[in-house]
Amino acid sequence: MSGSQSAPEPATEAAAPLLDVVNLATHIGGEERPVRAVDGVSFQIRRGETFVLLGESGCGKSMIALSIMRLLPHAGRIVGGDVRIDGRSLRTLSEAEMRSERGGRVGMIFQEPMTSLNPVMTVGEQVAEAVRLHDPDRRNQVTERVVELFREVGIPDPERRVNEYPHQLSGGMKQRVMIAMALAGRPALLIADEPTTALDVTIQAQVLELLRRLQRETGMGILLITHDLGVVAEMADRVGVMYAGELMEINDAAEFFRAPRHPYSRKLFRALPMAEKRRHGLDVIKGIVPALDQVFDHCRFADRCERVFDACRERQPPWRENGAGGYRCHLDPETALAATAAAASSASPDVERSGELLAVTDLKVHFPIHRGVMRRVVGHVKAVDGVELTIGQGQTVALVGESGCGKTTVGKAILQLQPPTAGEVCFDGVDLARLSSSELRAKRSDFQIIFQDPASSMNPRMLVEDIVAEGMVAQGIGGNRAERRKRVEALLAKVGMQPAAADRYPHEFSGGQRQRIAIARALALHPKLIVCDEPTSALDVSVQAQVLNLLRELQNSMGISYLFITHNISVVAYLAHQVAVMYLGRIVEYGDVDAVLGRPLHPYTEALLSAVPVPDPARQPDVVRLQGDMPSPINPPSGCYFHPRCPHAMAVCRDRYPPRLAADDGRQVSCWLLSPERQLEGAQV
Amino acid sequence: MSAYIIRRLLYALPILIGVNALTFVLFFVVNSPDDMARMHLGGKRVTDQSIQAWKEEHGYDKPLLINQAEQGMAKFTGTILYEKSIRLFLFDFGQSDSGRDISHDISQRMWPSLAIALPTLLVGLAVNITFALLLAFFRATYLDLWGVVICVAMMSISGLFYIIGGQFLVGKLLNLVPISGYDTGVHAWKFLILPVIVGVIGGIGSGTRWYRTLFLEEIHRDYVRSARAKGLSEQWVLFRHVLRNALIPILTGVVVVLPLLFIGSLLTESFFGIPGLGSYTIDAINNQDFAIVRSMVFLGAVLYIIGLLLTDISYTIVDPRVRLD
Amino acid sequence: MSFQPVILWTDALVYLLVFLLAITVWHTRRHQHLLMPWRRVAQSRIGQATMVILAFYVIVGLLDTLHFNPRSGEDEQGRAVYSTEVLSALDVIAGPLRTQREKTYSAPFATHLFSKETIERASGETVRDYPRLQYGGAHLAESGEGRVADVFAKAAFGALKGALVWLLLMLLLHRLRVRRVAHLLMPGSTHPWQIGGWTALLVLAVFAALWELAGYYHVLGTDKVGEDVFYQSLKSIRTGLLIGTLTTLVMLPAAILLGIMAGYFRGWVDDVIQYLYTTLNSIPGVLLIAAAVLMMQIYMSNHADEFNSLTERADLRLLFLCLILGVTSWTSLCRLLRGETLKLRELEYVQAARAFGVGHFRILVRHILPNVMHIVLITIVLDFSGLVLAEAVLSYISIGVDPATSSWGNMINGARLELAREPVVWWSLLAAFGFMFTLVLAANLFSDVVRDAFDPRLRRQR
Repeated sequence: MSGSQSAPEPATEAAAPLLDVVNLATHIGGEERPVRAVDGVSFQIRRGETFVLLGESGCGKSMIALSIMRLLPHAGRIVGGDVRIDGRSLRTLSEAEMRSERGGRVGMIFQEPMTSLNPVMTVGEQVAEAVRLHDPDRRNQVTERVVELFREVGIPDPERRVNEYPHQLSGGMKQRVMIAMALAGRPALLIADEPTTALDVTIQAQVLELLRRLQRETGMGILLITHDLGVVAEMADRVGVMYAGELMEINDAAEFFRAPRHPYSRKLFRALPMAEKRRHGLDVIKGIVPALDQVFDHCRFADRCERVFDACRERQPPWRENGAGGYRCHLDPETALAATAAAASSASPDVERSGELLAVTDLKVHFPIHRGVMRRVVGHVKAVDGVELTIGQGQTVALVGESGCGKTTVGKAILQLQPPTAGEVCFDGVDLARLSSSELRAKRSDFQIIFQDPASSMNPRMLVEDIVAEGMVAQGIGGNRAERRKRVEALLAKVGMQPAAADRYPHEFSGGQRQRIAIARALALHPKLIVCDEPTSALDVSVQAQVLNLLRELQNSMGISYLFITHNISVVAYLAHQVAVMYLGRIVEYGDVDAVLGRPLHPYTEALLSAVPVPDPARQPDVVRLQGDMPSPINPPSGCYFHPRCPHAMAVCRDRYPPRLAADDGRQVSCWLLSPERQLEGAQV
Repeated sequence: MSAYIIRRLLYALPILIGVNALTFVLFFVVNSPDDMARMHLGGKRVTDQSIQAWKEEHGYDKPLLINQAEQGMAKFTGTILYEKSIRLFLFDFGQSDSGRDISHDISQRMWPSLAIALPTLLVGLAVNITFALLLAFFRATYLDLWGVVICVAMMSISGLFYIIGGQFLVGKLLNLVPISGYDTGVHAWKFLILPVIVGVIGGIGSGTRWYRTLFLEEIHRDYVRSARAKGLSEQWVLFRHVLRNALIPILTGVVVVLPLLFIGSLLTESFFGIPGLGSYTIDAINNQDFAIVRSMVFLGAVLYIIGLLLTDISYTIVDPRVRLD
Repeated sequence: MSFQPVILWTDALVYLLVFLLAITVWHTRRHQHLLMPWRRVAQSRIGQATMVILAFYVIVGLLDTLHFNPRSGEDEQGRAVYSTEVLSALDVIAGPLRTQREKTYSAPFATHLFSKETIERASGETVRDYPRLQYGGAHLAESGEGRVADVFAKAAFGALKGALVWLLLMLLLHRLRVRRVAHLLMPGSTHPWQIGGWTALLVLAVFAALWELAGYYHVLGTDKVGEDVFYQSLKSIRTGLLIGTLTTLVMLPAAILLGIMAGYFRGWVDDVIQYLYTTLNSIPGVLLIAAAVLMMQIYMSNHADEFNSLTERADLRLLFLCLILGVTSWTSLCRLLRGETLKLRELEYVQAARAFGVGHFRILVRHILPNVMHIVLITIVLDFSGLVLAEAVLSYISIGVDPATSSWGNMINGARLELAREPVVWWSLLAAFGFMFTLVLAANLFSDVVRDAFDPRLRRQR
């Protein structure tokens, strides 16, 4: 709580919430046809409470944060409603008064710690700016205060760190600096806009825990904005669900996870991939979010709602107070809570298939580092350093790891898009690395790739028809133009798109649709293996479900194998048969998905799994917190690469890299904990 | 860092060889020394003897690549390639076609060039940054809009107009300073002030517009939003955060031209009668003195390469993210 | 036939340019995504106004490109004999402007020469006075009385004619629907080409007024040898446009090919191409141009007999100047394209194409080239104004176009020493600067509009 302000009377504190957003409306763009990014949103936050705004991209949740701070982009403006902090309206403040609120009573942290800090100023100086402005008591000891703040947010060695520049810090450290900056004014309210979306799960766990600790210590209110139900479960006291510029539901967190009221909220849960849903398909939300440059005279979710009825299309739904919150729907509480029949499952049970399709042995991709006058090679970035994998026909192997672990490079090296430094990639018994370029080109129809970003995976200047047919043309199959066209239409139908889509350009489609087109393109050559490089990471949950369902259906009907590269554990649990966990260019654990995810043996797997927020507040795991960041692959630690962060590190871990050991259930683990020697040592002690 | 500089210097060598080869081809292969001699002696009714005499006088009588008449090393040193091209690497520019010592001329004339070019650059930089900051501060207002329109109009005016207009207005109509000429020492300011003002005004349009673009690019970055979220004032954000980042491309853009300032501006110097390297070059062009043009091409290339090197080094000074190795 | 067509080297390149432009327009019209940015250009008010002004310059330049030898008579067998003089369609239209020469300087709209001469009166006595012009204001009384009123009357009459032409043109464009044309003129109307229409009216009226006056006066005066300055300025348009466009045209193939090859193949290809452009770049542009032009001068003076006519020689020199300007200016585009290609080649659709086994050539043509074309276009438009301005400077230091070619640079060069005269001869200078300024300003504003429309990164910032 603000140290410089006198504590409010207890009576008024109960009456006036810390933050009171009343019917807020924010428009962006021209007067004639503005985008109604925020369209009449009301909610309150009390002291010491965490209120989470949950919503998919473009629903207006960030605009609420920027409206509260009055930091809207140039084209944006608040057109109605009010924002009150401690009962004081922020809308009527002059710009100078508002400045003392920003960073004073209201602090804010942003999504991208990489770009949110000034690159040419030391981080200490950037925090000091905030201290000088908002902490008059400490104006004479700014440096001490900055160091103190750094210590508070858990930055090791703060005296040295204050003099460093942002590029010298890791992503997680930068986000901590951002938090320190926001804390400098001792805010009563902290707004965190997707603070962990750009971070790896283990780092995300660290930052979320830090936020919780700071809240306990200072009693500040937190407005947390996220799209991740797991983060909601871990952090929220109360939840607000945003859809198309409107709040659809406000609820107590426990109640929200037990029984969400609004059909949209319920759909979100059912679209979430989880291990339990392996046997069924995921529920999808059909259609796309409506354009926000219109005035709605009916429920804006009506077109996508499975429980839609006449009233939904005729008038705006009312706000129904219910329990600790309320929701905006024509359905009354009892009807809303009635269970709907689970969507007809399109996915059939897994068919066990055998036969080895791909065998990767000792795959290495090293990038040389040049230094000195003659540009001699002085070292290597060992992006991939001895990876072994096998993929059976019709199987999905998931490759999991945090950013920078080399998993994408493995995918590219298998497809020979990145020439491997060493090792074999045996596909159908042929070592791809030894093929001449023309032999390889002829073989390319057998293995395809789907990329992460549907925006950049298609040439914006080509028609969808040409995009899908590109592989056929390159491989000289598919007959003449008319026959190719027929095949393109068939492929589009297969991924659930209209044939007319062939005559349009990629930018006319939404992200999910584009990802379907990308899948159609990959299917065009009847591949036996598709490398899926984070195919759903850029998509919202509801769209992700569509794509995951499609991938599964295709596997069942066509017997395609997938190498599924991802950082998202819940997708792995839903889709994969086997999983390989990568750390710093090497696979540390590799086995059946149930075994690895159910009972991880490697300490890194254990930590990784426990760091993933589970979308169920009742089932929060005991978190194994990893300290520090992943080391650089230029200069990996001696011995086991994981030992500096490992809670079970032993003497031997520092000296030698552990051998690959087979556990009793057939999985392979590289850890000294499992080695017979260790058991021997244990016996001796 | 030192390894980097050594490597860059080594890399400069092939470039200079390339420049040298290019000028050699241009000056001695496209047209033979005979053609040059004929040109200088005037027209077609020139006797072979006079051509021969002219070539001997100016040292163009040797063979191009290999001198078969000589022995040993002299086979290669007794050629035009060696005498006229390779010796440039030793900064031995030799004699001009009118018999003057080029190195001496250059060392004499580079200072007046610098005396004009450096103040023009510095004052121009200050003026342009000030205007650009002003426009960026009032971005998306009428002041900004009209500022940009004026900038575009100013950069659409020929540089010749600024010079002729400036001379006419200040020199002839108002009679404030002499139109052209030069003096040594402190009295030079009378002759310097007009060309500097004209140079600065001529550069305002494009300079201000470009810097404004740089500022606006920075203003839209995330870190500016975080700075505002701290509660910093708009002026503080602009001066402490935006300016410092935008100065990186501005300064490095300036550093690359610093060495070239010695060469000066051809136009300004010839119009204002400044005895610098610019007017030296123009006179050489008008008198078709190829030795001088050749030397200036080589000198220009050397200075440009030094400029590139200085730019890389200046990056490490102004941008903490850049390390050379 | 009363003439024999002549195609100079630069004419041929202009025809090639027009042909390429026609193909581009045809291709663009068939592709929605290519047409989109041009729609944005056409919707912009500045875009419309500048396009009209540029179109005026282009029309004059094209008229001046249609060259021919007029027939000078017949030989014994009655076959036509053609003069070696090369004229253009513009010369024919301008007619009297070209032929009506005075003795020396005369001010705009003057009726008398600028300098005193010894004149023999009818009475036989000789006086020193300003002699009457032979053609300028010849329809007026000897003293030139009533000149001001006459000028205004003629200007108004000309402007009226221009407005009528405009009206006719608009009616034709709108398929004779009067309502649409009326709608265009209405203040605050929603007609998409309102600004363009008004600009066209303005340009046509002003030009027609000048043209009407030019039949009776030297509207911009005459130069040292008595040539009409207005005519010179019009003739210079072709030179300016040629330098601005042909330079880019000749350097484009090299810049595009080398740029995307360096970026796509990297490795030693990249090293060689980088070496090439760093070397060329390291020679200060003016010096390289000076050296090359000097060498060309020597070559031309030593091989004078290889050229059929002075016009041909001047034309070749112009072409060579474009070439050498191209050599000094391709490096920056090449570097830009290299950088962009480096980014593009890592993009996922290029990776996907490689995963299909698509060949390098096809990737370059289908994936890289179409996605860097906007940079090429922006560079062409941005470079244009700089090149027009450069022509004047180069001509001034006598390494530009041939002294026989009419160009704004030559006009300025010829006139600047006269500033020292008392009173000042200012009209040549001002005419050249004025024509150049209008063209360059229009081109600069137009290039801004084009860049905003084509660069998606800039659009997002708005």
